[in-house]
Amino acid sequence: MFGNLDIITLQQIWWLLASVVGSLFLFLTFVQGGQTLLWQVSADEEEKSLIINSLGRKWELTFTTLVLFGGALFAAFPKFYATSFGGAYWVWILILFTFIVQAVSYEYRTKPDNLLGSRVYELFLFINGSVGILLIGAAVGTFFTGSNFTLNEYNQVRWTHPLRGLEAAFSLFNLSLGLFLVFNARVLGAMYLVSSIDFSERPRFEAKVRRACLVNLICALPFLLYVLVSLLLMDGFGFDQAGVVSLVAGKYLANLLAMPVVLGLLLLGLVLVIWGVVSISLLNGRRGIWYGGLGTVLVGLAVFFTAGYNNTAFYPSKVDLQSSLTIYNASSSHYTLTAMTYVALVIPLVLLYIAWVWRLMDAKRISTQDIEGRKAY
Amino acid sequence: MFDLQMVDWARAQFALTAMYHWLFVPLTLGLSFLCAFFETIYVRTGREEWKNLTRFWMTLFGINFAIGVATGIILEFEFGTNWSNYSWMVGDIFGAPLAIEGIVAFFLEATFFAVMFFGWDRVSKNFHLFSTWMVAIGSNLSALWILVANGWMQYPIGMAFNPDTVRFEMENFWAVLFSPVALAKFTHTTSSSFIVGSFFVIAVSSWYLLKGRHIEMAKKSIIVASVFGLLSATYAAWTGDESAYSNASTQPMKLAAYEGLYDGEKNAGIVALGVVNPAKQPGDQQQPFLFEIKIPGLLSLLANRELGSFVPGINDLVYGNEQEGITSVAARMEKGREAISDLAAYKTAKRAGDATAAEISLARFNTNRDSLGYGYLESPEQTVPSVAITFYAFHIMVFFGTFFLLLFLLFLIFSVKDTLAGKRGLLMLGVGSFFLAMIASQSGWVVAEVGRQPWAIQGLLPVNVATTDIGTGSVQATFFMFLAVFTLLLAAEIKIMLKQIKIGPEGL
Ligand code: HDD
Ligand code: HEM
Ligand code: HEM
Repeated sequence: MFGNLDIITLQQIWWLLASVVGSLFLFLTFVQGGQTLLWQVSADEEEKSLIINSLGRKWELTFTTLVLFGGALFAAFPKFYATSFGGAYWVWILILFTFIVQAVSYEYRTKPDNLLGSRVYELFLFINGSVGILLIGAAVGTFFTGSNFTLNEYNQVRWTHPLRGLEAAFSLFNLSLGLFLVFNARVLGAMYLVSSIDFSERPRFEAKVRRACLVNLICALPFLLYVLVSLLLMDGFGFDQAGVVSLVAGKYLANLLAMPVVLGLLLLGLVLVIWGVVSISLLNGRRGIWYGGLGTVLVGLAVFFTAGYNNTAFYPSKVDLQSSLTIYNASSSHYTLTAMTYVALVIPLVLLYIAWVWRLMDAKRISTQDIEGRKAY
Repeated sequence: MFDLQMVDWARAQFALTAMYHWLFVPLTLGLSFLCAFFETIYVRTGREEWKNLTRFWMTLFGINFAIGVATGIILEFEFGTNWSNYSWMVGDIFGAPLAIEGIVAFFLEATFFAVMFFGWDRVSKNFHLFSTWMVAIGSNLSALWILVANGWMQYPIGMAFNPDTVRFEMENFWAVLFSPVALAKFTHTTSSSFIVGSFFVIAVSSWYLLKGRHIEMAKKSIIVASVFGLLSATYAAWTGDESAYSNASTQPMKLAAYEGLYDGEKNAGIVALGVVNPAKQPGDQQQPFLFEIKIPGLLSLLANRELGSFVPGINDLVYGNEQEGITSVAARMEKGREAISDLAAYKTAKRAGDATAAEISLARFNTNRDSLGYGYLESPEQTVPSVAITFYAFHIMVFFGTFFLLLFLLFLIFSVKDTLAGKRGLLMLGVGSFFLAMIASQSGWVVAEVGRQPWAIQGLLPVNVATTDIGTGSVQATFFMFLAVFTLLLAAEIKIMLKQIKIGPEGL
């Protein structure tokens, strides 16, 4: 079946799949956003505990999606995996560190004799939600601003900047994208908490969470605007039929115009996120997370599609244009992409059981009874 | 461009992070099944004490699981950060199992883990039980895929080298998946991890019996664990033998190293106990052992399933043995160097647009392509892994493996007779057994991984060509960062675990 598809189609399918996983990850960063709200919206230990226990049922999903994103890129675009992780070494290492400390924090925070004390574990969660997401945003930003590397004839990467990837965080564009993601994650975090915690005895707590949703959207807007405007005005990395990469004026604007669907995804996504916030903060709704989440996924897809489709180099090199990676020169072989496409058939099944379990587990909101005794985090 | 010191630090870092991961993973693999057994008994009998017992072991499982996940994520990305050339050259094959692991295994674990911990009052009894089983199956599936990846590194099949992209490309997915090495690895690794999980339960329960606390729970737990352990230990010994047998055909150098066999022979014997002579070098006349107890003939039987068959030794494999049809490493290095220069000539010709020259170079390259990896070696002796390390590690593993069979048997017998509480010596051994099992398990990986040096991909890609072009300083820095963070988290884990054990189960 898939073996008959030509390699170009398979490469495009896999960019689509990678984009879906990446965008789902961005949605699931509501966990990270929630972690950074912990100190801000809770008034006492019990409220804190409600937040942690509500996020604690979901953090593994986000984490695993990140792992899958890495694995999918490795399998489908190994040249990207090798170039980016080996090249932009420090930015990835720091991101990973924030996830290492996150992984133990839920389980260890309130256990007796936990060596570091619960404040430290809470700090770990905060670092993961802020620094971790900021750096991920900066790394994604390099899809548009480019990086400093060359590849030789054997496809071995040489990084030409001494900061090994951290330089990404010193570009205003990348930084703005990172900050936007941080605030967006906080918006989503607040939406998720509203949907999952039973606030019936805590109206003040509820009001704070709902307000945080709006405030963080307002904080996110300037960065979003800066990113969008720059994206439309900046030169981009396009390639021609022979695969020669060059700087093209207004490339990303051209991409959006050439792919109206992508432009539609972007606009619809933004509207959905804003609608989600309105419903949470102004209309007292509970389901904002679904609008905000879907909106984030759509915006994410638009970002990844703009970076990778329409003859655009998705991992461009600033120092040697011809080293830039495109979805066509960075992919696995036809055979591997075919095999992986068969495997991808189980993804809907996976999504289905995740959704099913989510519904079962969230049928009843988390209340004070759920955080008593040893069954809680 | 390849920095030797960097290679060693990158290896040390991989070893460090993998061995940390491996402190927690075997317990996850084993304990997840034990929890599933306990809960099944609860659902079948409907008796509350089994429920409390299940919840107690699940609490400990959760503490371990969290740090297992934390140490795992780093391994996944380390292939890219420290071994980027490796990731490019074999990513076409190696990336696939890693991605599949994420899709089919990690999500099962992650999703049902939440039900297992928080679902007691939220889902039905049967659905909860189902979730617990899914966590156990998901964990063991993740072992399958990563071991397929590792098995392929030990025995690369189902692929071909593509000179244009300079990488190995997959040609047969099924050959990779059903490689005999991958299957031997999967069965041996999971069964040996069941041993670790069983001894964990036995160790904690023995401690309770010694202290006279939670006696009923401890006894119940021990019965289940010793049955599971005994079956697993039997199976692990069998699959371990299977592993050695597959080593004989796919990685004879590894086998020769962990058996300390320098000169190949028909009717080769096994050194049951020995002290390796540290001064011994391949090719010299010194004795390989300062002291040894040898069982004649047995190695030929184990390695080839045939008494009196020839088992090549280190010297045969390095210097060649015409009679047995073994080519020397020096000869293959010669061919490898030619392959490297033909590949370069091919690239130059292509760049210049000279099709005929490119074709000629490619044809020449193709005659030697199988030896490409050997061209990067510096000396034939480099193909010999550390004999002392692999020998001791292997013998520790096998010694404990045999001893564990006996230990599980004793625990089972006295449990059935219900006289365990009085056997203080055995109980003390039980407490220590978990640590012995951890040592055996780590030793197994040392045999497997040190034994394949200097190859990252056996026979194809030596470690020094596999690394990232990055300064030693960065790798050193991250080495110490991981060492510090993991050690800190491990200390926290141990403290929490001990405290939870001290608190004990609720209502038992
Ligand atoms: C509790 C742990 C444990 C125990 C008791 C044993 N093993 Fe083991 N062994 C492992 C844990 C392990 C492991 C950690 O799971 C390894 C590492 C790599 C692998 O595939 O499994 C391993 C590897 C390994 C290898 C190397 C495989 C390779 O390089 O591909 C051999 C030859 C054996 N084992 C043989 C045995 C034999 C003959 C045993 C006799 C009883 C035995 N093992 C008991
Ligand atoms: C979790 C169990 C494992 C343990 C304890 C372990 C142990 C080790 C050790 C001790 C080394 C250092 C060898 C040396 O430098 O002499 C090493 C290296 C390495 N291992 Fe493993 N290993 C494990 C699993 C794996 C798996 C599953 C893979 C691949 C899928 C793998 C890939 C590597 C790589 C790439 C290196 C570095 C290159 C090299 O030195 O060969 N390891 N490991
Ligand atoms: C060296 C290669 C390895 C890599 C790249 C790797 C990667 C990972 C990652 C990323 C996770 C976290 C998954 C999550 O998000 O839930 C993880 C956990 C896990 N890994 Fe590994 N792993 C390696 C070796 C192994 C081996 C050799 C086994 C088993 C034989 C194994 C079994 C598991 C299991 C069962 C878990 C679940 C968590 C836990 O055990 O606490 N891994 N691994």
